[in-house]
Amino acid sequence: MPKYAALIYSADVDWSQPEFAEATKEYNEFGQAAAAVLRGGEALYPTSSATTVRVTGGKGGDVVTTDGPYAETKEALTGFYLLECADLDEAITVAAKIPAAWDGAVEVRPVLEFGA
Amino acid sequence: MAAGDAIARLVREEGTRVLATLARVTGSIDLAQDAAQDAVVRALETWPRDGVPENPRAWLLVTARRRAVDIIRREARRAGKEAEATMFASAEPDPPEVVRDDLLRLVFTCCHPALSVEAQVALALRTLGGLSTAEVARGLLVPEATMAKRLTRAKQKIAQAGIPYRVPPAEQLPARLTGVATTIYLIFNEGYAAGAGADLVRVALTAEAVRLARLLAELMPDEPTALGLLALLLLHDARRGARLDGAGGQVLLADQDRSRWDQGAVKEGVELVGRALRRTPDRPDGYVVQAAIAACHALAPSYAETNWDAVVSWYDVLLTLRDNPVARLNRAVAVAERDGPAAGLALVDAIGGLDGYPWWHATRAELLHRGGRPDEARAAYERAIGLGLSEPQLAHLRRRLAELPG
Repeated sequence: MPKYAALIYSADVDWSQPEFAEATKEYNEFGQAAAAVLRGGEALYPTSSATTVRVTGGKGGDVVTTDGPYAETKEALTGFYLLECADLDEAITVAAKIPAAWDGAVEVRPVLEFGA
Repeated sequence: MAAGDAIARLVREEGTRVLATLARVTGSIDLAQDAAQDAVVRALETWPRDGVPENPRAWLLVTARRRAVDIIRREARRAGKEAEATMFASAEPDPPEVVRDDLLRLVFTCCHPALSVEAQVALALRTLGGLSTAEVARGLLVPEATMAKRLTRAKQKIAQAGIPYRVPPAEQLPARLTGVATTIYLIFNEGYAAGAGADLVRVALTAEAVRLARLLAELMPDEPTALGLLALLLLHDARRGARLDGAGGQVLLADQDRSRWDQGAVKEGVELVGRALRRTPDRPDGYVVQAAIAACHALAPSYAETNWDAVVSWYDVLLTLRDNPVARLNRAVAVAERDGPAAGLALVDAIGGLDGYPWWHATRAELLHRGGRPDEARAAYERAIGLGLSEPQLAHLRRRLAELPG
């Protein structure tokens, strides 16, 4: 069965803080409800903790780091799930139950499986 | 010549069915299209010379399957893999209900909401309509290379994202069917808007859309959306012969020579509206309501004798289904015809958010004109003209502007 990454875009929150306990609980509930198709997933620290890495001058060149996410957007990548579904329709149905779907957006991307 | 046309039509229609079946069997629309295309070309070469085979679809299917097997073997060789193409080399003709389901699957896959609207329109014309990429490009006024890329990307997304080849389950069907109807309606509008002097391929998009709507109504004869869409397109298309004057200028509904309307299309459209309404007496579908409005016009012996009461009532129903400023504007026009320009103008002025819409200004201008307020009418005509419309529409507004006193 194909796998899909459900990339969670929402307000740039810090899930570790107590004020997001309620939101975290909603995600846990989703996780239990969707257990049959969940193959993985993580919550991410806010974008203020992000470091973007580039190597200038081609492979082996200087490593240049910048503070912050790759793209500054109103809604940030705050986590992801890995889903295993029969097809895109099922993946969309599952993604529509992730809380970010009504608070932000969920991007569903098919996973390329090498050698499949 | 006529025999050649009949063969071309038969090949095209059966070609779509063969494509649909092969897409199910091979799991790839791309492969199915290549194989079906090959069979269609062969049929067009040999049938006019040797005669149409007894079972045209079986002939096309066998030829297309053989071609699909060749393609799979060739690709497998290139990838150094063992071919697994024998499993569908058999050519048992499928029963009609399987063919029907294959076509429906193809309809819903081509019009899947995960594809952009542009991609849906292009795919529907290319795979369901059987138009060549060049024809689709010309019809939609897009360079051929751009269209080829758009089609490739769409087919790639279907394959990579796993868009299913399936008729949606009952609970999703109404929304998905509306999506399919929207795509077909857009195709119709492309052709309808093209007008006289435009590329014939572009004008033919109206016929293409009617054909697709007919296919949808045949596949889903109990779905009001499908019936309503076909009715709406037929009732609009019926006016084609009267829409443009000798010089290619637009003739307004009020001024059209109704004897030039296609009475066959009107009759079929009106009957479809009745059938669709009997299936949804409580909450009619939006396409059915729009078709009912078109039927009021189609059945009126003249513009003046239109049953404006009925038209206004249908607009009231439409507004409960999808309230938007343009529908309100159209309702206001009907009220103006029934109750006079002042009543219509009050409603038009109460609609917000249409300041950038030329038809809002044009409608105000017309009602101010009729209401004997020439100065305000002039300003409104000029606003409408300044916002840009097609040449025949502008010509009409300029003519009305010139008729103002003083």
